Amino acid sequence: MSVSSLGISLTGLLAAGNDGTIAFPSQGSTVAPAVDSLFYIITAISAFFFVLIVAVMIYFVVRYRRRPGHDVEKSPSHNTALEITWSVIPGLLLVYIFAQGFLTFLDMRKPPEGAYEIQVVGRKWSWAFQYPNGVVQNELHLPLDRPVRLVMSSEDVIHSLFIPAFRVKQDLVPGRYSKVWFRTTKPGEYRLYCAEYCGQQHSTMVADVIVHEAGEFEPWLQAEVDRMNDLPPAELGELLYQRQGCVQCHAIDNNTTGKVGPSFLGTFGTEQPLADGQTVTVDENYIRQSILDPVSQVRAGYQPVMPTYQGRLKDREINALVEFIKSLGQ
Amino acid sequence: MSDNASRTATAHVHGHSEEDYLRCSHGWKSWAFTLDHKRIGVMYLIAILISFLLGGVMALVLRAELFTPDKLFLSEDMYNQMFTLHGAVMTFLFLIPSIPAALGNFMLPVMLGVKDVAFPRMNLASFYLWVFGAIFFLMAILLGGLDTGWTFYTPYSTTTNTAVIAASMGVFILGFSSIFTGLNFLVTINTMRPAGMTWFRMPLFLWSLYATSIIQVLATPVLGITGLLLIAERTLGIGIFDPARGGDPVLFQHFFWFYSHPAVYIMILPAMGVVSELVSTFSRKPIFGYRFIAYSSIAIALLGFLVWGHHMFVSGQSALAATVFSALTFTVSIPSAIKVFNWLATMYKGAISLETPMCYALAFIFLFGIGGLTGLYLGALATDVHLHDTYFVVAHFHYVMVGGTLIAFLGGLHYWWPKMFGRMYNEMWARIACLIVFVGFNATFFPQFVLGSRGMPRRYARYDTEFVYFHQFSTSGAMLLGCGLMLCAGVLIHSLLRGRKAPANPWGSSTLEWKCSSPPPHHNFDWPPVVSAPYQYDHIVYDPNHQGYVEVEDIPEEEDELTNAPVESHS
Ligand code: HEM
Ligand SMILES: [Cu+2]
Repeated sequence: MSVSSLGISLTGLLAAGNDGTIAFPSQGSTVAPAVDSLFYIITAISAFFFVLIVAVMIYFVVRYRRRPGHDVEKSPSHNTALEITWSVIPGLLLVYIFAQGFLTFLDMRKPPEGAYEIQVVGRKWSWAFQYPNGVVQNELHLPLDRPVRLVMSSEDVIHSLFIPAFRVKQDLVPGRYSKVWFRTTKPGEYRLYCAEYCGQQHSTMVADVIVHEAGEFEPWLQAEVDRMNDLPPAELGELLYQRQGCVQCHAIDNNTTGKVGPSFLGTFGTEQPLADGQTVTVDENYIRQSILDPVSQVRAGYQPVMPTYQGRLKDREINALVEFIKSLGQ
Repeated sequence: MSDNASRTATAHVHGHSEEDYLRCSHGWKSWAFTLDHKRIGVMYLIAILISFLLGGVMALVLRAELFTPDKLFLSEDMYNQMFTLHGAVMTFLFLIPSIPAALGNFMLPVMLGVKDVAFPRMNLASFYLWVFGAIFFLMAILLGGLDTGWTFYTPYSTTTNTAVIAASMGVFILGFSSIFTGLNFLVTINTMRPAGMTWFRMPLFLWSLYATSIIQVLATPVLGITGLLLIAERTLGIGIFDPARGGDPVLFQHFFWFYSHPAVYIMILPAMGVVSELVSTFSRKPIFGYRFIAYSSIAIALLGFLVWGHHMFVSGQSALAATVFSALTFTVSIPSAIKVFNWLATMYKGAISLETPMCYALAFIFLFGIGGLTGLYLGALATDVHLHDTYFVVAHFHYVMVGGTLIAFLGGLHYWWPKMFGRMYNEMWARIACLIVFVGFNATFFPQFVLGSRGMPRRYARYDTEFVYFHQFSTSGAMLLGCGLMLCAGVLIHSLLRGRKAPANPWGSSTLEWKCSSPPPHHNFDWPPVVSAPYQYDHIVYDPNHQGYVEVEDIPEEEDELTNAPVESHS
């Protein structure tokens, strides 16, 4: 395939060290090279036709410009052979591009047997990554060179998980599970974005992706479990506050800009008016209720937008959160 | 028509027996209640230009905010509302009506050689529906803004507390405006062509309007109904799209793109029609492959209905569906590509002059080339997964819709300006404006391809610092583009006040609209025009006395044959 070898040599030409190329961030997964080379093949084909069209256009403008002594020369107003040629050749190239895109897409869609599974929850405006042993993080930690499958769901609106370095993207649609898989090739840190517009803080729904060196992922995961088990409740609560996405909407100081929920600072034990006109005392029961069934008792002045954490937090974790909020004073 | 009698009374007098359409009657009522397609076209023109200004200012505000990665002066809420309204205003209020409703309304009957469209009252109604729809958009701004993106994806749009209902009502009403215009054009072209105006003697601009009208009539109702369903879901709480109520959020995307993909052809087909007119006129050559261009407009219109799923490759649709949509997507690109080759072949051995409209036509070929070719990356499944919902897509559709539709609209506006208003503009300054627009446009949008493939998602108010360089480049380009457009507006306004009087045929064009005086008389033609094949330039020569082109009568027999234009009638 002369076309694909042209694409590959272009890849080399544009490669700019570790940081990827002019066109791409560095390649972090096994499908990335295939995606990139298709990209460069299309670029080569497009550049060829584009330069041809513009060159011919400029040449005609110069050569046949209207000037004294030059007049229109007769030429046929159609030419079947020419027209067939310039339909069929681009047509064949299009078939080639389609086929390449299709084949790589099949690889992206078909995870190998026995992939390591991580649960992903997307919500306005944070990510939660849950590992098989129950550890929850809002960074995505990954083992090196092992197929990983993300099983994803959304709690509110459509989000989309996008890791540019891996060249993967998949929407998270509320009410169903979606899946994406990849196999990392290089340790390091990458970026993960939400690519489907999801409201106010869409552009900060970003997370880090950490691909561990060979053999370092399992120890890291174990250490996380131990740490969670050993923490005193209020500290575990603070960790969960960070990791479960509470931080996106609730402040723990007086600076509430950009937060859609009330601050936790100094609320414990206070009386608060509710949207339905009643009042409530912020005690253990109210906090627990707010975590499990957030829309049942919405505070006055706030929208019922908080997702439920029913089934996602264990009792010990809810207690830890209560302790944490308590520790923020009255 | 009731005024038929009065028309025949004056029509037989050779010469300017009627005042032109701008001066034949006076007072605001003579405009507000006019049934003259030309006046309606002018009112549309003013209305869409105001929308364009509004959308353009919002675009510059957005670009200015993106000059820095963190907050410069817009809160996230304001940013989100700004890009939503920019997109919605530009698409629904400017791009969709720009060429068909403004230029098309004015030119279609004149180019056809008839005195008005089939249903003049419906034509006026379509304009007022547009105004009414636009008012709903303004209301949406006042009633707490709109922050859903112009795509209104559910369930975000059913849960946000911004003015989704007012905006969808606006879209619904604008849809009717679009359907009315489409129906009117279809009936006019089908039933009113005068003797001699066979299908294959129709200028290509009319073919493109015909194809566009088919889409408007068939696709727009889907959008209207989708808007109503969205309103029903918000107000009555029935579960159509909301998964919490048993609905399907992806269903909305199918409905939406079933209209909105064809809608992009509502924007681009008329643009291609304009460019066909320009390339032929300014090369003084019959258009190469006339029939192909005519048929391919229809083919694009019909194939355009089959590819909506390519906006949803990562939405969770099945791999099979994605594959079928990808394959179909590529089929649409062939007729578009061939049109470009046809324009080039038309220039071959021509006598090309670079008047402003031709400069826009060349800019169109350049920019549309980039827009179309970058569609290949998005049509191919593997590359789309990476590029979907990034700035690459933003750059792609701006190249096609701004580089394509807007540039062709400006080309057409400069081309028909002398006809519409009877004044010439300053050629040199108009060309300079065109050049600035061209450079500014590329500086704005080309860097966005790089941003996108490097992973910058679209619709982000804040971004990672690694992208700052390309964003600043793009913002600078946008400011230049803004200056170019302002200059362009200045040149045209100046011509209204100071311009030299336009001759009937300033460019040496061969289609019928150039046979009546500039501006046209109230009934378009003082006498019934003689229809012959379009794009015959042998008998049109420059007359220094008129500072314009006139027809000479004696055409040598054999030369007529040599030009070999599509004159056979098959209607
Ligand atoms: C007539 C010329 C074209 C027009 C008017 C056009 C217009 C557009 C517009 C407006 C969008 C973006 C919609 C949005 O998300 O807001 C878009 C996206 C797209 N276009 Fe084009 N385009 C054209 C040519 C092409 C060609 C030739 C192809 C493929 C061969 C193509 C493939 C695509 C694809 C696949 C997308 C979706 C990308 C994504 O969201 O991931 N387009 N186009
Ligand atoms: Cu999101």
